[in-house]
Amino acid sequence: MFADQFINAIGTGVMLGSIYAALALGLAVTFGLLHIPNIAHPAFVIAGAYVVAMGNSYGLDPLLVALLALAPFYVAGLGFYEFYARVFERRGSADTMNALTLFFGVSLVLETLLLMRFGTNQQSVSVGYVGQSLTIGLLSLPYRLLVPALLAPVMVAALWLYLRHTHTGIAVRAVAHDERALSVSGIDPRWIKRHAFGIAAATAVVAGAALIIIGPVDPFGGRLQIGRAFAVVVLAGMGSIPGTIAAGILIGVSEALVSAFASPSWAPAVAFSILLATLALRPQGLFGARR
Amino acid sequence: MTISRRKFVQLASTAGLAVAAPAVWTQGQAQSRPLRVGASFSLTGPLSATKAGLVGLQIWRDDVNAAGGLLGRQVELVTYDDQSTVAQIPSIYSKLVDIDKVDVLISPYGAVLSAPVMPFIKQRGRFMVGMFALAGNDGVKSDRYFHSAPWGPDAKVNWARGFFEIGKANGCKRIAILNADVEFAKVSAAGGKAAAKELGQEVVFEQSYPPNTSDFSAILRNLRAATPDAVFVCSYPPDSSALVRGLSEVGVGDSVKLFGGGMVGPQYAANLQALGPALNGIVNFNLFVPEPTMVTPQVTSFLERYTAIAVPEKLDPLGFYIPPFYYVAGQLIAQAVKGAGSTDSAAMAAYLHANPTPTLVGNAQFNEMGDWTERRVLMTQFQGIKGNDIEQFRQPGRQVILDPSALKSGDLIQPFMKARAA
Repeated sequence: MFADQFINAIGTGVMLGSIYAALALGLAVTFGLLHIPNIAHPAFVIAGAYVVAMGNSYGLDPLLVALLALAPFYVAGLGFYEFYARVFERRGSADTMNALTLFFGVSLVLETLLLMRFGTNQQSVSVGYVGQSLTIGLLSLPYRLLVPALLAPVMVAALWLYLRHTHTGIAVRAVAHDERALSVSGIDPRWIKRHAFGIAAATAVVAGAALIIIGPVDPFGGRLQIGRAFAVVVLAGMGSIPGTIAAGILIGVSEALVSAFASPSWAPAVAFSILLATLALRPQGLFGARR
Repeated sequence: MTISRRKFVQLASTAGLAVAAPAVWTQGQAQSRPLRVGASFSLTGPLSATKAGLVGLQIWRDDVNAAGGLLGRQVELVTYDDQSTVAQIPSIYSKLVDIDKVDVLISPYGAVLSAPVMPFIKQRGRFMVGMFALAGNDGVKSDRYFHSAPWGPDAKVNWARGFFEIGKANGCKRIAILNADVEFAKVSAAGGKAAAKELGQEVVFEQSYPPNTSDFSAILRNLRAATPDAVFVCSYPPDSSALVRGLSEVGVGDSVKLFGGGMVGPQYAANLQALGPALNGIVNFNLFVPEPTMVTPQVTSFLERYTAIAVPEKLDPLGFYIPPFYYVAGQLIAQAVKGAGSTDSAAMAAYLHANPTPTLVGNAQFNEMGDWTERRVLMTQFQGIKGNDIEQFRQPGRQVILDPSALKSGDLIQPFMKARAA
């Protein structure tokens, strides 16, 4: 019984943690790399989930819909940053409070638009593998969690390679450090930030696909994800893209073990307890560089 | 100074007219003024699925106005969006009473949103119909509060008693209780525990979990190890879905004969459609299902009219759970106003306490706490669900009523895993 519970708690925790990382990845770009507290990101994830549900209603696989929606979401991200830049950055008033207010407003607008377009009913997708599990010995992995969990490592690896090995990627990493130096090199920092926002928005639709495969969503579901997504980004270390997956899995496994061997009611406190303990011992996060 | 008789009569007539005129004028105004019914609805926010209730209330308003209104006055609804937020409630109800001068109040949806308005209506002595607030009047004990939902007396303990009685009749002695950490679920779980104890059943497993839990595999494994005969679940829509999925993925063990009871979610079309055959075997509460023992021409007509409005507005297309009871709320108000002959809260309340009231879902008789004297909470078992077509849920035999016995429409299939296979 103990071995069964332990092995399955680890398996479930890894899958949940990977999904947490997928949800937080866009925030790791906008907040972790650019230092812009985009609290509207979870609302974008929900919008992505709705787009996936809409595509699925025509019989398309959720992951295929997410792939098709990458480009439109990227463009939406460009527009979103442009709006932010025109409202605040160009006027020199892009402080954290103003940004939080703007993004909070954006998330409310997104929620309301979803409510008006799709109504109050929860949206879900129909896929054949939901309700079945992959069983390996004592370990049982529900496909409902396993498939979305595989998305995060793929996204993280692709994004990490891009940020590390391409000129634009390096510019994205550089822009928050020294915007002026980037300008001197002949690169438009605003274009780079716009591009980074586009990438973050594109990850949102993949995360939305992950979320809606796990269970139904409603327009206000993003509010439940904000705290944990920020916890993953900060725990990983600001700007550490691979760190998000490690941080997500650390939180996921801890929550699953607490659920299995203590009480599920304590699980929500786990993410923030780990975050507090880590920040006390290592203020830059698990993988963040000391500045 | 002397005064002639003629002069005296003239003066007295003028004085009488001066005194009476404002009263006559005001009464005339009141007769022509619409009868205003005030309520808050969660049009936005996490509870916005409940706004389907507004359609039910609007249908009642249209019906009553078409029949000439109440006391010769047309009925007007005054509603505000509470954004599913408790903090909005006190100001909304103060505005309804003090600025909008509504004649009658309907509560917000559910116990959490209703709680802030209860002391207010008690203090002001206002008549109010409560919407789905389980044991909502237990705190302030207002004698002018009436539930539209037939939770029955002592609802905290008894509303889901049918689940435990079915369990007892089918040899369930070991009970597991699983509940979300939210008000309704916690109250229900505590009530379920008390009901089990009364019926001589042993609670062998108790577990609460945070709302919106998406994976129940660890909980279900622990639950399976306790080998319960019945599992009483008090959950909300997102966790209900995850739990039903978990049943397919992990299972719940062969010992279980009954599973469900207090799951919120499988009353709504979106959840029914999403879960489809995964619901088979689950025994859960409801307040109306289209079984032959419940369907009347009035309900059928109401649901047809509701669906015609709800579908274009992207609301719950079935509307079994919430909308009929907003119509019932209107019917209670209408009966109370007609019976009292006025909108005086005390007189309206006295009338409803003293007289059975015919409603869309049967006769309502109230006790001193405003509870229906007869519990009409259904325990139904999902049977024969195939695919995800929503229209199948309009057919009889999909949610078979097991309790109360007066409305019973079929028999329990058990054990649970056999029922799921069936």
